[in-house]
Amino acid sequence: MTTELLIWFIPLPPILAFFLIILFTHKNKTLSHSLAVGAAFISWMGSMVVFVSALGVHELGAHPFSSSINWIPTADTWLKIGVLVDPLTAVTLFFVAWTVLMIFIYSIGYHNYGQPVGDHDVMGLPPHGATVEEHGHKHMVPSIEPMYSRFFAFIGLFAFGMYTLVVSDNLLTLFVGWEIMGLCSYLLIGFWYAKESARDAAVKAFMTTRVGDVFMLLGIVFLYSATKTLSFREIFTEEILHTLASVPSGILGLSAAGLIGLLLFIGTVGKSAQFPLHVWLPDAMEGPTPVSAMIHAATMVSAGVYMIIRIFPLISAGWVEGLPINNTMAIIAFIGAFTALFAATIAVAQNDIKRVLAYSTISQLGYMVAALGIGAYVAAAFHLVTHAFFKALLFLGSGSVIHGMEHGVLHTGEHVDPQNMFNMGGLRKKMPITFWTFLIGGFALSGFPLITAGFWSKDEILADAFGNAHLSVFVTLATAAFLTAFYTMRQITLTFLGEPRTKSAQHAQETKWTMTLPLVILSVFAVGFGWLGIPEHFPVLGAFSANWFHEFVGSTLLEPPAALEFSWTPLLTSILVACGGLYLGWLVYRKVTSVEQDKLQIPVLKNKWYFDEIYDFLFVKPSYWLAETFTYKWIDSGLIDGILNAIGRTTSAIGHALRNYIDKPIINETIGDGSANLTQWFGRSLRPIQTGHIQQYMILTLFVLLLVGGALFYFFLQLGLL
Amino acid sequence: MVPLAWYLILSAALFSIGLFGVLVRRNAIAILLGIELMLNSVNVNLAAFWRYGDVNQMAGQVFAIIVFAVAAAEVAVGLALVISVYRNRNTVIAEDIALMKW
Repeated sequence: MTTELLIWFIPLPPILAFFLIILFTHKNKTLSHSLAVGAAFISWMGSMVVFVSALGVHELGAHPFSSSINWIPTADTWLKIGVLVDPLTAVTLFFVAWTVLMIFIYSIGYHNYGQPVGDHDVMGLPPHGATVEEHGHKHMVPSIEPMYSRFFAFIGLFAFGMYTLVVSDNLLTLFVGWEIMGLCSYLLIGFWYAKESARDAAVKAFMTTRVGDVFMLLGIVFLYSATKTLSFREIFTEEILHTLASVPSGILGLSAAGLIGLLLFIGTVGKSAQFPLHVWLPDAMEGPTPVSAMIHAATMVSAGVYMIIRIFPLISAGWVEGLPINNTMAIIAFIGAFTALFAATIAVAQNDIKRVLAYSTISQLGYMVAALGIGAYVAAAFHLVTHAFFKALLFLGSGSVIHGMEHGVLHTGEHVDPQNMFNMGGLRKKMPITFWTFLIGGFALSGFPLITAGFWSKDEILADAFGNAHLSVFVTLATAAFLTAFYTMRQITLTFLGEPRTKSAQHAQETKWTMTLPLVILSVFAVGFGWLGIPEHFPVLGAFSANWFHEFVGSTLLEPPAALEFSWTPLLTSILVACGGLYLGWLVYRKVTSVEQDKLQIPVLKNKWYFDEIYDFLFVKPSYWLAETFTYKWIDSGLIDGILNAIGRTTSAIGHALRNYIDKPIINETIGDGSANLTQWFGRSLRPIQTGHIQQYMILTLFVLLLVGGALFYFFLQLGLL
Repeated sequence: MVPLAWYLILSAALFSIGLFGVLVRRNAIAILLGIELMLNSVNVNLAAFWRYGDVNQMAGQVFAIIVFAVAAAEVAVGLALVISVYRNRNTVIAEDIALMKW
C-alpha cells in the first residue's frame, strides 16, 4: 500500500461507521461507540503513518504526496480531484487525528455510558438522571444519553468531512468537506432537538455560515472561470498567480487574485466565526460539550483558518516580504485583529463556562486570521495547531467540570445551573485531574511563558506583527492577549479556586477515566508542541532547536518565508501581558463570590455589544416581514390568489349572465316553451272543428272542395291547360 | 233522342238533392237515403254517357252494375251500424251520436 493510496483511505472509516451505526447498530450502544471509536482509531493510525512518512521526505513542499483522478469531464479536459499531503497538510492531519480520537473517547464518558437509563428521559432532551437505591437510601445519578448511538453516527460523519477537507488537493472536495461539516454542525448543535434554544441555535449557525459559504462559492466559481482548474498544485504556480494578480477585477480596485482571495476569505469569516459573522458560535454552545470541543474549537472552525492558510499564495499574490501588504491582506488583518479584541472584551463579562471559551475561540481565530493578513504564514499555522490542542483540552475540561457539577446537582437535588461559574468554586479539591489539565490549557491559552505551547505560537505572531512594522495590529493583539489572560484566570479562579459556593459544588466528583485520559493526553501536547517551534534566534533556548516547525511548514510555500530577526520588544510585551493578565485576574477574582460583586458585568459586554439585537433588526425581522407579509400576505394571498379569485368570479358571472339572460329567456322560454305553446294554441284553436257531427264534416269537406277546385280550375285556366 | 245535357242535369239535380239530404237531415236513416240517392244519380250519369257515347263498350254498364252492388252492400252495413247504435243509444238522430269529438 503506497502512502498515496493510504491517504485516500484516511477519511473512509468514520463515514463507514456512520452508515453502519445508522443502518444497523443504533440499538446497541456498545457496538455503536466501538464502531465510531474504532473508525477514529483507524483514521488516526493512517494519519500517523502518513505523518511519519511525510517527515521522512526531503523537500516535502516541492514533492508532496499527491494523487488525483479525473472526475468531471469538461469539453476536452477533465476536472480532477485528489489528495495532497504537503507539510501543512501533514501537521493538520496530526492535530486533527489526535483531537478527533480524544474527543471520540471522551464522548463515551460524557454521554454516561454504563449508567442506568433515566427516569423521565426522552429522546431529544438532555438526560436528567436516574434514581438508584444505594445503601438503603435513594439518590439520583447521571443517566445515559437516550440518543447515544445517533451522536456517534453524527460525529463519525463529521470526522469524514474534516478528513476530506484536510487531505483534498482541490477546492471542490474541500468545499464538499466544508459543507458536510456545516451540516453536522447543524445536526449536532441541535442534537437535543426538543429544546427550542438548541433548535434556534442550530438554524442560526447554519444560516450564518451559509452567508459566508455563498461568497466562498462565488470565489470558487470566479477562480474556476479564470483558471479552468480548482487544484491547488495547478493554481499555485508562478504564471497563474502572476496573471491573476495583474488582471484587475473591476471591484474595489482589487486584482482578480485579490477578489478571489477576499471572497474565499468571507467563507472563513462565516466558518471561523469572525466579525461580523461571529454571532452563531456562542449560541452553538447549546450542543453537547464534545461537539463544542470538536466542531467549535479544534476542527471545524480550524477548517476555515486551514483553508485560508492553504490559499495564502492567492491572497498574497503580488506581495513579497518587506513590501506593504496588499488590500486583501489588509482587510483580512483588520478583521482578524478586530475580532480578536472584540471577542475578548465580551468574554470578560460572560458567566457560563462554555461561553467564555466560545468567545475565546473566536478571539484566537482572529489571531490566526490577523497573522495571515500580515503575511505571517508559519505563525498562523503554528497557532492553528497549538490552539486546536489547548482549546480542545479546555472545552473537554469544561465538560468534565459540568459533569462533576451535574453529579452534585443530582445528588443534592439543588436546582442550579451547573454551567454557571458563580455556582462553582473550590473544584480543585474535588476534581484534581480536571483542575490541573484545565490549568495547563488555560495557561497555554494565555500564553504563559516558555512552558506552554500557546506562548510560542502567540509570541511568534506578535513578533511578526512588530517586526514587519504593523504596529496597529501588534497593539490590538497585545491588548487582546492581556484580556485573554485576564478572563482565563477569572474563569479558573471562579471555577476551581476558593471555596465551593453551592452545595452542588461541594458534592462534585471527578469524572471517569474515559473523560480524564483525553484531558491528560491533550495537555501533553498543549505543553510540548510549542517546543517544536522555538525561533532560531531566541536567547538560550534557540540554540537547541532548529525551529523545525518553521522549516517544515514554511517549505509548503513556493518561496519559504525567512526566519524573523529576534527582537526583545515583542517578547517582553508578550510575557508582560500574559503574566500581568493572569496575576490581575487572580487578584481581582479571588475575592469575588457572587455575580453582584463582579464589577465587570457591564451590560454592553454581557449583551455581546448588542449584535444579536442589531442583526435581528437589520436582517432577521426584515426577512420574516418579507416572507410573512410581503410575499405571503401581499403577493401570494393578495395578488396571485386575488387574480385567481377574480378569474373565478368572472367565469361565474359570465355563467350567470348566460343562464339568466340567454338560456332562460331566449332558449327556454321563447324557443322551447314558445314553440310548445304555439303548437298547443294551434291545437286548441283547431280542436273545435271536431264536433263529432258527421254532417258538419261533410259540409266542411264540400266547402273546401269547392274552394280548392275553384282555385285549381282558375290556375289551370291561367296556365292554358284547360 | 233527348240531348245528353238533360240527363246530366237530371243527374246533377238528383246528386244535389241527395247531398242536401245528407247534410241536412237529422235522422241517420234519412242520411243513408240521401247517400243512396247520390249513388243512383251517379248511375244515371254513367248510363247516359254510355248511351250517348260508344254503345258497344260495355264499360259503362258494368260500372253501373258495380255501383249498384256496392250501394247495396254499403246500405247493408250502414243499416247494421244504425241498428247497433240504436240498440246502444236508443236514438238515431245524428246529432246525438257525436261522440268522437274532442
